Amino acid sequence: MIEISEEKIQSVRNDFPILSRSIYGKPLVYFDNAATTQKPNSVIDAISNYYRNDNANVHRGVHYLSQQATAAFEDTRKKVAAFVNAGSPNEIIFTRGATEAINLVAWSYGETFLKAGDEILVSALDHHSNIVPWQAACERKGAHLKVIPVTPEGELNKEVLAGLMNERTKMIAISHISNALGTINPIREIVGMAHGMNIPVFVDGAQGLSHGPVDVQDSGCDFYAFSSHKMYGPMGIGGLYGKTSWLEQMQPYQLGGEMIDKVTFEKTTYNEIPYKFEAGTPNVADVMGLGAAIDYLNMLGWDFIKTQENDLLSYATQRLQQMEGVRIIGSPAQKAAIISFVIDGIHFFDAGTILDHLGIAVRTGNHCTQPLMNVLGINGTLRASMAFYNTRGEIDKMLAGIQQVKTLFA
Amino acid sequence: MTINETIDQIINEFSQFDDWMDKYNYLIEMGRSVPLIDETQKNDSNLIVGCQSRVWLSSEYRDGLIYFTADSDAVITKGIAFLLIRVFSGHTPTEIVEAETDFLDKIGLREHLSPTRSNGLLSMVKQIKLYAFAYQVKEKNS
Repeated sequence: MIEISEEKIQSVRNDFPILSRSIYGKPLVYFDNAATTQKPNSVIDAISNYYRNDNANVHRGVHYLSQQATAAFEDTRKKVAAFVNAGSPNEIIFTRGATEAINLVAWSYGETFLKAGDEILVSALDHHSNIVPWQAACERKGAHLKVIPVTPEGELNKEVLAGLMNERTKMIAISHISNALGTINPIREIVGMAHGMNIPVFVDGAQGLSHGPVDVQDSGCDFYAFSSHKMYGPMGIGGLYGKTSWLEQMQPYQLGGEMIDKVTFEKTTYNEIPYKFEAGTPNVADVMGLGAAIDYLNMLGWDFIKTQENDLLSYATQRLQQMEGVRIIGSPAQKAAIISFVIDGIHFFDAGTILDHLGIAVRTGNHCTQPLMNVLGINGTLRASMAFYNTRGEIDKMLAGIQQVKTLFA
Repeated sequence: MTINETIDQIINEFSQFDDWMDKYNYLIEMGRSVPLIDETQKNDSNLIVGCQSRVWLSSEYRDGLIYFTADSDAVITKGIAFLLIRVFSGHTPTEIVEAETDFLDKIGLREHLSPTRSNGLLSMVKQIKLYAFAYQVKEKNS
């Protein structure tokens, strides 16, 4: 454990210009980091610098700017590959975000490998984005969607999962970290179970890359989807890690542009990976921003990030548990700095509305996890999702806000 | 009282409060007076979709006038429903169809009660107008 001084936190906060603005005349307390994280100056600068000085299309021009942009674009691919420890930069495909990465695999893998009667396992813990594309793939192919249930603690039920796996199972799609409850799933263990039966594992890492190191080779997962804007990078960009052997076999998802090798009206052949899956002009500016976000996280270091977030999580958990009428939803053994809770007798919309007017941004509702809310028997929760730039003082403000809510709606 | 007179009255009531918290308090108080929808009418066909909270809105047509009842599981939403019912209940279909609906801008809760999807305001106004339009068509055809 490292010691973190208040000066250090303040200097980190100074990197994020939005954190100094006020909302309804009150300092912003931003606890909606699972929806999107804020952006440091270096990310904002990387994007504007690209458009000011470096803008050119990649992979096409012989001219200087195009070659420079191509080199920077491919350097970022290498940076992402190193960040998740992929075997090769060719295993990193840029997409619009995690949702597009999931859709890419659900479609391309589905078209290539899925047959009638096959089964795909999804989890009751997951975001709609990691359920619906698989559901649609099953409908297209006449395959069946099976659901890994969730324990009352908010963890995947591994015993039931073991029983669900069989020779018809063609994919297990789970999340790394639950956006709704903060549960960190045991990816390596589940991959071990699945690979023992030759079943590939797809991991939705939308929440995964911002809270701790990810090593796709160590976990052994076959695919890992991520989103830049949930890891301090810009919106509109994200990516997919996929094992070379799968990516090479899979049909392309979208067609046109850089993904083409040779075209005649009789037959088109496709480029090699990763380009095969990157149709059209890529979002180069935001790739630059993503690169800057990775540099920023590397500069801060996981020691700092994890120490700070664990401190916030345990402090907020302890304080909320002490509050009468407040119930935290889910108590998984491994948890990221995301807390879902309900207040007895008070609707999350009412509570969230009042907190908003106190300058406190929390998420309310079902968090795009309607099946999970049904399993838990609730309509929704208040969710405080924290980042390393948050402080204990901000948690105190939220607690005071909840107290005000309780008085107002008593 | 005409629709516009009620609107003026509501604007006047809210203008007494400077503090947003007091405005909310007033809204919450009003939510307690909403003419409650009959429990048996709390079904899916009266449920307004697209809100974070569940809102049910029902209408009744008596002697040429439309009367609304509502309920919600969120208190603020209930208050908003009551404001709308105060404005529109007891009026003719034509009056409701032709009424302006931007009065919430004027009660000083505009930035708080903006017509976003989440607070259900826009959906409720739309549903009220839809009911009125349906009764208007019915009147013309009868």
